[in-house]
Amino acid sequence: MNKQLRHICVFALVLLAVLIGATTYWQTWAEADLADRRDNSVSLIQRLTVDRGKILAADGTVLATNRRSRKHGLTIYTRHYPQNDLAPQVVGYATNAGTTTGLEQSLDDYLTGANTNLSNTFKQELDRLGGQTVRGDNVYLTLRPDIQRLALDELDGRCGAVVVLDAKTGAVVAMASSPTYNANLVNQPRGYAKIGRIKGTCGAASALQNNATVGLYPPGSTFKMVTAAAALDSGAFTPSSRFVDPGYCTEYGKRVYNSSAPDSPGGHEVFGNVSFAQGFENSINSVFCNVGLHIGGLKILDYAKRFGFYSVPPLETPPSESNASGLYNKGHLFTPKSNTQIDSGRLAFGQERMLVTPLQMALVGATIANKGVVPKPYLVQKVVAADGSTATRTRPQTLGRAIKPETAAELNQMMQLVVQGGTAASVGFPPDLKVAGKTGTAELGLGDVYDSWFVCFAPADNPRYVVAVVVEKQPNGFGASVAAPIAKTILEKLLHG
Amino acid sequence: MLTAVGFATVYTALRSQISGGSLGYAVFFFGLYLVAHVVARITVPLADPYLLPMAALLTAIGVTEIYRLGPSNAFRQGLWIVIGVAVFAATLFSLRHDYRVLERYKYVFGVTAIFLLFLPLAPGIGEEINGSRLWVHVGSLQFQPGELGKIALVVFLAAYLREKREVLAQGRLKDWGPLLVIWGGAMLVLFATDDLGSALLYYGIFVAMLYVATARLSFVAGALGLFLVGAYAVSQGTPHVRDRVTNWLSPWTVHKIYCPTNGLHELRQNCQSYQEVQSLYSIGHGGFGGTGFGHGIFTGTTGRQVIPDLNTDFIYSALAQELGLVGVAALLLLYMAFVVRGFQIALSATDGFSKLLAAGLSFGFAFQTFVIVGGITRVIPLTGITLPFVSYGGSSVVANFLLVAGLMLISNRANREPSAA
Repeated sequence: MNKQLRHICVFALVLLAVLIGATTYWQTWAEADLADRRDNSVSLIQRLTVDRGKILAADGTVLATNRRSRKHGLTIYTRHYPQNDLAPQVVGYATNAGTTTGLEQSLDDYLTGANTNLSNTFKQELDRLGGQTVRGDNVYLTLRPDIQRLALDELDGRCGAVVVLDAKTGAVVAMASSPTYNANLVNQPRGYAKIGRIKGTCGAASALQNNATVGLYPPGSTFKMVTAAAALDSGAFTPSSRFVDPGYCTEYGKRVYNSSAPDSPGGHEVFGNVSFAQGFENSINSVFCNVGLHIGGLKILDYAKRFGFYSVPPLETPPSESNASGLYNKGHLFTPKSNTQIDSGRLAFGQERMLVTPLQMALVGATIANKGVVPKPYLVQKVVAADGSTATRTRPQTLGRAIKPETAAELNQMMQLVVQGGTAASVGFPPDLKVAGKTGTAELGLGDVYDSWFVCFAPADNPRYVVAVVVEKQPNGFGASVAAPIAKTILEKLLHG
Repeated sequence: MLTAVGFATVYTALRSQISGGSLGYAVFFFGLYLVAHVVARITVPLADPYLLPMAALLTAIGVTEIYRLGPSNAFRQGLWIVIGVAVFAATLFSLRHDYRVLERYKYVFGVTAIFLLFLPLAPGIGEEINGSRLWVHVGSLQFQPGELGKIALVVFLAAYLREKREVLAQGRLKDWGPLLVIWGGAMLVLFATDDLGSALLYYGIFVAMLYVATARLSFVAGALGLFLVGAYAVSQGTPHVRDRVTNWLSPWTVHKIYCPTNGLHELRQNCQSYQEVQSLYSIGHGGFGGTGFGHGIFTGTTGRQVIPDLNTDFIYSALAQELGLVGVAALLLLYMAFVVRGFQIALSATDGFSKLLAAGLSFGFAFQTFVIVGGITRVIPLTGITLPFVSYGGSSVVANFLLVAGLMLISNRANREPSAA
């Protein structure tokens, strides 16, 4: 009988060993998957008991903090946003139910102190065993609350966005999306319904959406910066190349007219004999149409890609909350294989099916300001651990060179002309700011209602800030009359104080 | 005696770690085990010295976790431990000369096992909890008779198989009668009470002891086949058993399904498999090192416990969260050590009855652990059954102390007559 006894004994031990194996599986391999499941009550409760890190603006203004409460013996931390509607689309929110958006989502590991780093993990483990509250890291952003607030005030409930970048580093100084909402609503009953009713003047926007990174707008004439970059950098044209503008350009045997001008013959602007620089200064469509037909749409798109089009700009916000700029066909990014697939003439002055985000246009401006190198935009300045030690600090990086320094210098000059005597002359930028910019008035096929654009940087000889402004669906909303004054106010505040 | 002191150190450390105020508890339990130890030294001086400390340590871990989950339950569990130790002492005392008298009453034990199994079905005292009828209610006293039935069954099988093992090995059909009755009984109990756990446990013990007695693997294969056929047939007829299998195979659903408990459409993890799934989350949360005693997350913001039945069937997932992989692996190793000691006693025993009895008790102990922990860790479908010595529950505590008493009696006798096995 002893042989069978040994067999059964081994069998019993194998059964128990299987249990150790199964437990090991759930506690090591499957642990992360289990923790991420939405119906996981344990991690949900655990999240609430973590003293989530603060999110602070560049000057230390608290953008997100916690309110502590005790419920059934548990200490619970509820998110609170003291600045209410200042930057909810960027900062995002974290609800008690565990939903996160914006930086609250993408920086969750820092904010909950879950970022893996050996000494950090060890210290946390000790804290946990000691029954102490886990405290997350504080995150300092590059945002300046005064500029952010000014941008929101200037947008004044109209749909649109303002992006302000540090021209040299790519640090995001302001990223305002309008209409905005009070982030504290998300933890209130029926809060989402209240946010849903915020529509802004365009009537269709979602306040939750970050227009600066997700919003796709036709760029209008601001895209001429990209076309001009392609034309000059490829060597096909120089600023002094000559053009004759009859008020239209001929494409596919049909006339494509310039912008309307009621006092001109035929109702359209006619400039006659001009240089390429003058064509840029006055934003003459026929000039750019001919440039586009000469160099071809693919070449323009090739340069657009160097500026970052066709890829989602890297930013710390969740990638799902950013869109890539480019040609869109039926809601999808469209990459043409030959020039016959695109209308090169119209693309050259920002029509066709080109759609861009305000952040992307700000990066085009920043690249020209930055002598042809695309700065990598960033929102997070540094992460400071609960014990005061700096966990990470962002060092400015670049996304590579888009155009030659000479091309950038030529574009810079041309953009200064726009402000001095061109389409933005009427805005009245103070001369000492030395602003270089480009207007945009994107036709929407809605008659006299336009998306109004202005992209600029200053001071032109040593750029410090880049500002991109878009305001949606403005009646007679020329770039110079709606968007540029907003940029002016912001630049005055930034440079004059 | 040395082991008792060693155990006491661990035990006191465990107790004081959770709360200094419960030191009184610790002193009391230590005293209690000292009494049990002294009784054992006097009545069965040659018995295995490791079993009682191991049982005590398991009980200590259990009562500590129960205390952490709800101090009032720990007090009641403490009372049951006192009763358990009393039963342990009484058993050792009354059977100290020769426990083999039990062999004479084998049919009494057989009938008792069946009777205890069917007791929850009796009108008036039987009670249905969580879809299974395995409780008996007498006054304010709740009791799971199946736990004691397990011991009775092992005694019966040991006696019966010792007597019939030669004829059974020849495979004559008429000798199979009583065994088939047991099989039928287990199936009937399964069908009538929906108590898959006990049925599985009984049947597992039966098959293991049959193998030890006859050394015929074909019997084992046949018995397993019969069980699977029977279990399948029963699961088709009883939604409770079928649900358990479904929850085991796919506890998570992507699409909402009909939820019979509230009549709404829900994901399965929010309905039938809620308990299993939340228990896995609890285990996962423990990770390698655990959250530490007292720091696990078991109650929600509403004050309700996340996992129902946490201190009985699901105590393993509570321990896994607070002690982590390190802790529960050590716990399972302790169970393995206990099982090894049990089988060593079976090997050293000199007569067939003792061997079969020790093997049955040891295997039952191991298999019960496997059934509940395997169910919790999704190795097999989940069936409600207690974790020996650790789970909250009086019947379980008393039955397991009886089991230890049995093993100690056998080892005492084996060591008293060292002769060829």
